[in-house]
Amino acid sequence: MKRRSFVTKTALGSLATVVGADIVFGNHLPKGYTPLGLDTVDPYKAFGKHPDMKVLNDRPWNIESQAHLLDDKVTPNASIFIRNNGVMPEDIDVGSWTITFDGESVKQSKTYSLQDLKSKFTQYTYQATLECGGNGRIEFDPPAKGNQWGLGAVYCAEWTGVRLRDVLEDVGIKDDAVYIGYHAADTHLSGDPKKEPISRGCPMSKALQDETLLAFKMNGEDIPLAHGHPVRLIAGGWPASVSGKWITGISVRNKVHDGTKMTGSAYRVPCKPVAPGTEVTDENMCIIESMPVKSLITYPKTGGRLAKGKPLHIRGHAWAGEYEVVKMEYSIDFGASWTECTLSKPANRLAWQHFEATVNFPAEGYYEVWARATDSNGKKQPMLVPGWNPKGYLNNACHRIAIKVKA
Amino acid sequence: MENPLQSLLQKLYGLLLGFFAILIAAGALLVYVATSPDPFGMNTPEVVIAETETEEVVDPDLIENGVHVASGLVEGEGLMTVVQNCTSCHSGKLVSQNRMNREAWKHTIEWMQETQGLWDLGNNEVIILDYLSEYYAPVHHGRRQNLTDVAWYDLE
Ligand code: HEC
Repeated sequence: MKRRSFVTKTALGSLATVVGADIVFGNHLPKGYTPLGLDTVDPYKAFGKHPDMKVLNDRPWNIESQAHLLDDKVTPNASIFIRNNGVMPEDIDVGSWTITFDGESVKQSKTYSLQDLKSKFTQYTYQATLECGGNGRIEFDPPAKGNQWGLGAVYCAEWTGVRLRDVLEDVGIKDDAVYIGYHAADTHLSGDPKKEPISRGCPMSKALQDETLLAFKMNGEDIPLAHGHPVRLIAGGWPASVSGKWITGISVRNKVHDGTKMTGSAYRVPCKPVAPGTEVTDENMCIIESMPVKSLITYPKTGGRLAKGKPLHIRGHAWAGEYEVVKMEYSIDFGASWTECTLSKPANRLAWQHFEATVNFPAEGYYEVWARATDSNGKKQPMLVPGWNPKGYLNNACHRIAIKVKA
Repeated sequence: MENPLQSLLQKLYGLLLGFFAILIAAGALLVYVATSPDPFGMNTPEVVIAETETEEVVDPDLIENGVHVASGLVEGEGLMTVVQNCTSCHSGKLVSQNRMNREAWKHTIEWMQETQGLWDLGNNEVIILDYLSEYYAPVHHGRRQNLTDVAWYDLE
């Protein structure tokens, strides 16, 4: 890792942060947090991340995990990817934080303090698989624009909070409600206070699900700053950008929400399939909803050398957006034959499932272990990179690891 | 994960709590530290680093092994125009991660101008597009690549 800094105005602030901070932005707020300057802070220390995490971009922070770091059944903060679209909020005052519900389709707008939400509504805990819509973007050809995510923009943590549905019922929603859109406390990279870095949402049917939460806790602790402290919308199984961080408002809309990154080509794919490299007009791009079926081999790490005759124990996770994974298989002959793995039920709807298998290799040599999940609609993961799309979303191609069997 | 500058500054910080302003010169490094009027450190102290030749603070023009160290962008005609126009909102890493042909780079710039507050680039647009389409052109790798860069290790 480079630990050199470019001497600019912002570097000054950031050195101050380095000075003042042996702070893990985990559970409490860092005292001397200077967002502009974070580019010279050690992100591993600052965000409490595992040293094998990969920084794709340091302004805004985009940090990805790797398959072998995601082995836990419930992902710990250290292995959770960060996708920021703007500058993280600073000086968060939990005591005065509010969330305002407004929009065309609320009966009247209403503001709640965090304390109101916590005390007025029943709290629930669910695991949720959150995957960036662009996870796997790096494999598209021709290349697709944006952060070049490999495998690691996915995780399954446990969230505790109140049901969005309960709060919406308390606010009072008109019959013409179609969509919700969130607003948040992060700020635009250009510094323009009128611009929102991201303001996405989901149809009412998703907003009203039991598992859709306004969460205060991740894995039983206050949500870390980089993951949305003090309150995050959780909508598992959909592109993780629907699960807005640092929520300050929810607009209930009488039309599809038109906030930043809802329109154009953001988090959209061609409504009808296109040849690689095709230019697609905005009207022909459709919003991504449920993420596709996918899986990861999280043990062993790719590159293992195994003694001949020894069985290899593999394990990992599989998920299928709104649906369930019903079958998990592996192949060591590039898909010529597949063998079924043991697969667990999800802890709750929208949580990833765990699989394991014992693999025997017929002879010494180079192998790849490929994993393939099938969802409850009968859809399987493709072995090749699926349908090209301008922004490189929804690559659910099979994960594989390299193994050598030694003589 | 410590580095000498960071640990030095941390020590200084400890010494400086409670003071309003202190000027320190240490070796080639000149550090001005002015803490906030709040002696209990509730606000961030300001630290000003003057020009130095240390390893940690990089000359904004430094090129090493064909790479502009401060931005991570490759050396080439038009580099500094790109650095000046393309690394103020986001880091150069968002530029260097991407590979596009000239037309797609132009569309990306237009998208940032329409939606993200990027300014009119005037005559610099041609310089920037020349640079980007030369050094950050698409690389084709087909529908699935071999597994590369595998770090081999012994199991058990
Ligand atoms: C006024 C601010 C600003 C400036 C200056 C700017 N950009 Fe951007 N750019 C943005 C924002 C905001 C994004 C979206 C960031 C994100 O999603 O993480 C972006 C995204 C990008 C992307 C990813 C595009 C995508 O579809 O995800 C590329 C590539 C890029 N910029 C290149 C450039 C280049 C080249 C220049 C110089 C001509 C430049 N930027 C200057 C604001 C800016």
